Amino acid sequence: MGFLGELQQKFTDDFIVKDRYMELVIGLRNTVTITAFALIIGISIGLVLAMFKIIAREKKDLKILDVIADIYITVIRGTPVVLQLMIWFYVVLAFAKDPIPVAILGFGINSGAYVAEIFRSGIQSIDKGQMEAGRSLGLSYWTTMRYIILPQAFKNVLPALGNEFIALLKETSVAGYIAVHDLTRGAYNIRNMTYDSFLPLIASATIYLVMVMIISSLLSALERRLRQSDRS
Amino acid sequence: MIEVRNLVKDFGNNRVLDGIDQFIEKGEKIVVVGPSGSGKSTFLRCLNLLETPTSGEIYFQGEEITSPKVDINKVRRKMGMVFQHFNLFPHMNVLDNITFAPAHLKLMSKEEAEAKAEALLKRVGLIDKAKAYPNQLSGGQKQRIAIVRALAMSPDLMLFDEPTSALDPEMVGEVLEVMKELAEEGMTMIVVTHEMGFAKEVGTRVLFMDEGKILEDAPPEELFDNPKTDRAKEFLSKVLK
Repeated sequence: MGFLGELQQKFTDDFIVKDRYMELVIGLRNTVTITAFALIIGISIGLVLAMFKIIAREKKDLKILDVIADIYITVIRGTPVVLQLMIWFYVVLAFAKDPIPVAILGFGINSGAYVAEIFRSGIQSIDKGQMEAGRSLGLSYWTTMRYIILPQAFKNVLPALGNEFIALLKETSVAGYIAVHDLTRGAYNIRNMTYDSFLPLIASATIYLVMVMIISSLLSALERRLRQSDRS
Repeated sequence: MIEVRNLVKDFGNNRVLDGIDQFIEKGEKIVVVGPSGSGKSTFLRCLNLLETPTSGEIYFQGEEITSPKVDINKVRRKMGMVFQHFNLFPHMNVLDNITFAPAHLKLMSKEEAEAKAEALLKRVGLIDKAKAYPNQLSGGQKQRIAIVRALAMSPDLMLFDEPTSALDPEMVGEVLEVMKELAEEGMTMIVVTHEMGFAKEVGTRVLFMDEGKILEDAPPEELFDNPKTDRAKEFLSKVLK
């Protein structure tokens, strides 16, 4: 049997026999689910933490908010995500049966710390005059924040947010440590069944790559749209 | 219309306003002049509480707005402000810049706000820019839009914080022209500016400020032709060349 014939045989064993490709399909579904929900949680937490820091700068008596945000960000960014994940699953939420919601929570909380810093710098990059103009028109602090500051800040941080999205997608590949059947674990399962490493690992890596490329191009399209008001 | 009593503002250990007393009546056009760092912008920004006074009181239409019980957002609806750097909202087109606040605050319907914005834009000659974004406009156009944005709230008082200082010289005229028209219509205005020609032509009273105090307070012809303090003489001799 030649090289190509061997490859074909391995392909059949790895993916066709006993519908083993389903390992990757289920894994992909879980990876996408975890990434999508963790992203939503991460953006929500990040926005709240960023607002904590912004408000603490304006109102000195709310300094405690800054301390809370700082502790959160320091602890989360200072420890490996895989350990955070295991602490959630095996310690804090040890009663949980399904690891997927735990993974969503763990990655969401982790991502929130990074997103917080992205939003904070984005909000602070908006000229002070924008808030003053909004307030001078009789708009409240929150209305001005919501309709004047945040849309501009969001546009500015979109590239950084996109990077965080991509990093999160790839980072979920450690979810296997808490028994999540994600895309990486799917490839690993096939390897255990067929003793072939090459095709399953390359296949799952390729799927990650394609997803990242799709996300990148969607983000560039979104950035171009949002930048319309900048053209002069 | 607006009364200021013993207004003091500190930034850290730096006293920027040092006991300002003023009474401004409806229809007056007050021009505030003085060297940079004299506190004139801070004075203006205290009037709508963009800066919180360290002490002193401000009354607007009979109400003490420095009282913590006052809803400052409501008060500000009646005080338009125009900034040196325009501060238009770059992510909104011209029409949305003008209509956002009155429509969002439900002072008028979206349609009414747009009709009013269009009427104001026609007046300042920029109706063709209604759908443009701020970055597509010249400085003079931006400032005229900023004036229209403030006017769309139907304010009783207009504050101008060096409205022409960031403009190229050839664009100063178009902005001053709009301000003059506004003055002629009877708007109460407080203008911080270096445009002495405008002060002379439009001002009913000129305040000369230095080191956080109002040193002179007189009609423009009196103040410019016959300043009483040495500090004002020195300042005017430099700017009136």
